[in-house]
Amino acid sequence: MDWWLVSLLSALVLCPLLPGLVNRVKAFFAGRSGPSLFQLYYDLFKLLKKGRVYSLTSCGLVGLSPWFSLGCVVVALLFMPLGMCDSPLRFTGDVILFLYLLVLSRLLMVLGALDAGTSFEGMGSSRKVHFSALSELVLLGAVVFLICLTGRMDLSGLLNSAGVASWGRYGVLLLLTSLGLYIVMLSECCRGPFGDPDTQLELAMIDEAMVLDYSGSDLAAIRYAASLKMWVFGSLFVMVLLPADLLDGFQGWLAYSSSIFATALSIGVIESVMARYRFKKIPQVLLAGFGLTLISLVFLLFFGGR
Amino acid sequence: MEANFLTLSNPGVAALGNLPVVPLDELRRRVIINVNEEGWCVSSFFGVELGGRNLLICVLRDDSSSKLHLLGCEVGKSYKSLTAECAAFHLFERELRESTGIEPAGHPWLKPIRFNADESPDPGVTDYFALGGEGAHEVSVGPVYAGLNESGHFRFQCVGEYVHLLEISLGYQHRGIESMLVGGPTKKTLPIVETIAGDSSTSHAGAYCQLVEAMSGMQPSKYAQMIRGIAWEFERIANHAGDLGALAGNVAYLPTRSYCGRIRDDFLDMTACLCGNRFGRGLIVPGGVGYDVGKARAQELIARLDKVVPDLENALDLMFAEQSVLDRFKNLGAVSKETAREIGLVGMAARASGLSCDVRTHLSYGVYGEHPVEEVVLNGGDVLARARIRYDEIRQSLSSLYLLLSSLPEVSPCVSATRDISLPSDTIGVSLVESWRGEVCHVALTDGDGRFMKYKIVDPSFHNWFGLAMSMRDEQVSHFPLCNKSFNLSCCGHDL
Repeated sequence: MDWWLVSLLSALVLCPLLPGLVNRVKAFFAGRSGPSLFQLYYDLFKLLKKGRVYSLTSCGLVGLSPWFSLGCVVVALLFMPLGMCDSPLRFTGDVILFLYLLVLSRLLMVLGALDAGTSFEGMGSSRKVHFSALSELVLLGAVVFLICLTGRMDLSGLLNSAGVASWGRYGVLLLLTSLGLYIVMLSECCRGPFGDPDTQLELAMIDEAMVLDYSGSDLAAIRYAASLKMWVFGSLFVMVLLPADLLDGFQGWLAYSSSIFATALSIGVIESVMARYRFKKIPQVLLAGFGLTLISLVFLLFFGGR
Repeated sequence: MEANFLTLSNPGVAALGNLPVVPLDELRRRVIINVNEEGWCVSSFFGVELGGRNLLICVLRDDSSSKLHLLGCEVGKSYKSLTAECAAFHLFERELRESTGIEPAGHPWLKPIRFNADESPDPGVTDYFALGGEGAHEVSVGPVYAGLNESGHFRFQCVGEYVHLLEISLGYQHRGIESMLVGGPTKKTLPIVETIAGDSSTSHAGAYCQLVEAMSGMQPSKYAQMIRGIAWEFERIANHAGDLGALAGNVAYLPTRSYCGRIRDDFLDMTACLCGNRFGRGLIVPGGVGYDVGKARAQELIARLDKVVPDLENALDLMFAEQSVLDRFKNLGAVSKETAREIGLVGMAARASGLSCDVRTHLSYGVYGEHPVEEVVLNGGDVLARARIRYDEIRQSLSSLYLLLSSLPEVSPCVSATRDISLPSDTIGVSLVESWRGEVCHVALTDGDGRFMKYKIVDPSFHNWFGLAMSMRDEQVSHFPLCNKSFNLSCCGHDL
């Protein structure tokens, strides 16, 4: 419980480090020194001091959606087992709530973007909705596999009860599932090769296009929510990979946090060594991710000896 | 080939009286036959008022005989348009109507191509195609951009993610260069010509200098020709390397983007080493070159090349070996050979589609007569072909550069540059140069006093913007930035 709180605080405070870490890795590969690790903190601070400008076509949703969207992500985080500790708020079936809080957060962003009423944001939203529908499939596949594996129906149980013993037995299946979750993380956070957070090209944007009309503190909320989302999806991936009973207490927290930072490093490496996909390919890769979770599930049900 | 064209070599000069002036029907017949069947290309087409009558002048490039063919035609206020039979004329005829008021009757879409700040219509105000129906929507981009882009307006008629039609509306960068040059040559002429398109400064300066040299009978020294060649090839490599880096950046492939951005600068710095200006301004002047290079500096440039070339090859090999990059480039924005010929593409974009059209090879000028370059022609016409052709041309330019730099004479002969130019009266001159983007065509007509009465400039971008519009048909709208960069056309070169 205590270490869960520590982990929760570290998630809320440290998540802006993740994009900074990715950028540092990219700069290293490009032979540059790159922006500071703490750049996003500076940016957030700067944005919070700035005023906001709203599109004239808006009915007011534009100004609300970033904050409610951020709220959804924060609440979703509360149901996650953090740092090897179960969430104190867990209840049977909270995994459904968790998934749909993430969906709600996305939906609010899409509505906000449509409210701004520009063609770029419309295009970005349409792409986002298309790709998200497929990444939900992967998430559901992974959840079903974990339910079958652990027999639990709460998120904490799903992620936190596959210990060293199940790793010995089902290690390959857990690996496949975590790979599927990794793909979802890249796609949902719009990182390479699914998106390019650095792009200036409106026509080729997804998430970036949806936030073109935001400014000031709204933009700060969006950018903070994006890094927090990276933490949430990174946690999903990491918690499936880390055997639950290996470490606890401080060591558990340390292993958990450092794994998430290692995940950010790996994103930086991926963005540095490959080009982004054309949009046609993104659904194919997401479906491949779904395939991975399905394979895990099939092997578990038919050959798992349960 | 019929005898009564005025046939010139490159650069070519003739008395205006020698230009055959034929009736419209005959011009139409001969031009259409030769362009559509003999494979001649339209280098320039413009109108000029000569002694109270409207004269259309058509400059055609014939690669097979390495000649330029000129034909004149007297028309009234209106004439029957050539565009329907010969699509390569469509932009020339729009320009003709805009600049002279002569109406090409039967032209399918006579929209303005440039805007004057103080005249109507206001910039950007014109008709656009529109698409109706379910799922159809319009995306408009520009003319104001977040980055350091030139002003151009792009309108996509989309069905879902797919582009049905792209309409490109330019003209925001119009500075009135051609009218500024009338009455020249003066001291101002060269600096103006160098800014037609900043990234092709040396090519435009070269075309201008060749033109006035041919008209006034000056013969630049072999040594000056070599230095010009060096400047042209530096310009080519710098732009190609920069473009390849930008293409990599477009698909978020970081290593090549980062390295090529730096390497482009290295080549610009080498140009600066020649003449003190990174774009080679002031290097090429009528009569020769403005700056001496000398053996010592040539050695230094060779040493710099030795240092940067492995980096460049490394960065490019990395990109062309990366599957995820090739996957983005391949089969994207393809322009077929037939389309390329029909709409009159020039330069490396045309060569990437399989057309052979390198002015350096077919109508060789300056240093390329003695040190010929082998033309690079690729098939496919997609973004990959336009990327590969840049790499191949870089390799070839490098070998030309090494050859030219190492064969500069031990003791540098005097560099001659004439400041006072006197041109013969009532003369027409044509000069073509292959810039990194493609064919640059300058045509000058002098009046009774030997001053420019008309100076016609055609930048390769003028020919090729329509190629970009064609390459986007039925592509996903998200691919536009990549297609656009693969052509990398100039707005100011088009707008003049």
